[in-house]
Amino acid sequence: MRRLLIAIALAFSAVFLLLPLVNVFAQALSRGWAYYVDSLAHPDSLAAIRLTLLTSLICVPLNVLFGIAAAWAIAKFDFSGKSLLITLIDLPFSVSPVVAGLMLVVLFGAQGFLGAWLREHDIKVIFAVPGIVIATLFVTFPFVARELIPLMQAIGSEQEQAALTLGASGWQTFWHVTLPSVKWGLLYGVILCNARAMGEFGAVSVVSGHITGLTDTMPLRVEKLYNEYNAAAAFAVASLLALLALVTLAIKTMLEWKTRRELALAQTIGSVAPVEQPEKFDSNASNTP
Amino acid sequence: MGLTLFYLSAVVLIPICALVLRVCDMTWGEFWHQVTTDRALAAYKLTFGASFCAALANAVFGSVLAWVLVRYDFRGRSLIDALVDFPFALPTAVAGLTLASLFSETGWLGRFLVPAGIRGAFTPLGVVIALTFVGLPFVVRTLQPVIESLEREVEEAAATMGAGRLRTLATVIAPSLLPSIFTGFALAFARALGEYGSIVFISGNMPFKTEIAPYLIVMRLEEYNYLGAMALAVVLLIISFVMLAVINVLEQWANRFQT
Repeated sequence: MRRLLIAIALAFSAVFLLLPLVNVFAQALSRGWAYYVDSLAHPDSLAAIRLTLLTSLICVPLNVLFGIAAAWAIAKFDFSGKSLLITLIDLPFSVSPVVAGLMLVVLFGAQGFLGAWLREHDIKVIFAVPGIVIATLFVTFPFVARELIPLMQAIGSEQEQAALTLGASGWQTFWHVTLPSVKWGLLYGVILCNARAMGEFGAVSVVSGHITGLTDTMPLRVEKLYNEYNAAAAFAVASLLALLALVTLAIKTMLEWKTRRELALAQTIGSVAPVEQPEKFDSNASNTP
Repeated sequence: MGLTLFYLSAVVLIPICALVLRVCDMTWGEFWHQVTTDRALAAYKLTFGASFCAALANAVFGSVLAWVLVRYDFRGRSLIDALVDFPFALPTAVAGLTLASLFSETGWLGRFLVPAGIRGAFTPLGVVIALTFVGLPFVVRTLQPVIESLEREVEEAAATMGAGRLRTLATVIAPSLLPSIFTGFALAFARALGEYGSIVFISGNMPFKTEIAPYLIVMRLEEYNYLGAMALAVVLLIISFVMLAVINVLEQWANRFQT
């Protein structure tokens, strides 16, 4: 019985996890190493890589700032409308990315609410880079907040209160007490946010206009190459994204291992009262288009 | 606080309100017409049907996978445990691409399956496969902590009282796991409903056959049928809210059974 279950589990994992992963790299190299490098060095692919990196560089820090602020407000304070706030934070998760992109078109598009104003000031949002950044901002919005909220709630505010009674200012408390206690959760939220920001497809697809060399992100470039029947090049760009996914997984595993180790170490030293092992990082906080 | 609220409204609330306001411009009759065209209905059927099948597959196999990962030790266990999160980290476009390639006629799996009549690419089955992939971690990750916290003593007590393994499974273990399985199912289902990127690659997007609702929205946008696209988007938005509420309720129900 045991062997049967393990066999089923392994077969399921192989078909849905291992094979797709290996296939990306196999297909990318199917035309040889030279072709692989050439596909990546193509100016349009390089432009796509640059745009993806730029988007990520803008969205991740902004959402980290917001995530920390929101988690801090929710975990440490009590105010009416708290559950509404939490629901609102969860919103981008449950909305289809295409709907998200459409909402931005309704706002910023030529016939949108702000369309005329934007035209007057010659600002392009839809079918240009700002639209892509805003769309990515929307869909990656909840990641850091969702990681930090349960963490901060579990930690409680005794340490901050102690710091305040000892004379620390609000900012000092935040910087020296609050932040270090959530550093691993924060890092985890950051890498999830980054993975999603770089891989976002649906929302960006609607707002970008697919202008080659200008508004193609890496996932859009993969689609374009695939539609041009250049599968090997599509897989080449895809392999970079798959590598990013593997790095994300590796960092996550290392973070979990580190948190458990730190906690175990603290317990053996005896300076911390025995605490329950932390749950594995809540991967349900993640959602990709 | 103020910063939080401002950022939140700017990035989340305003776009949603903009969409709802625009759609309110339509008459009820127009709205109804746009969301119930034959093509739209076919798209809903596919979206819901495929999401349901995929979530079901994930509930069944994900439970087995979670059980095996927690209770048994075998070579490759930690690798697979780490890989379970792979669908979370991988961009959906890449997922769709690689699954389509795997199940096509020349793919590693397709070359065996297609001659046997199982076409995984450009068919509704392909949509189910892609949705199973993206929803895979939900059931597994929801169940793992619950299985870990199951008390072995209860199972041992059942065994000492003469219950066979199967009976113990059905009457002792399953009731504790069922709420979490439902939660995982609902999460996978909600996720599958909104999925776009991977399906675009694997389904072929043929109207009435393999076209999903989000893709129909994009098609309408390209036809400059903005109102039609927005009407459909509002329907999907409402369904998302409902699923969110359902999942919240399920999670609360599941938490009642956990100490």
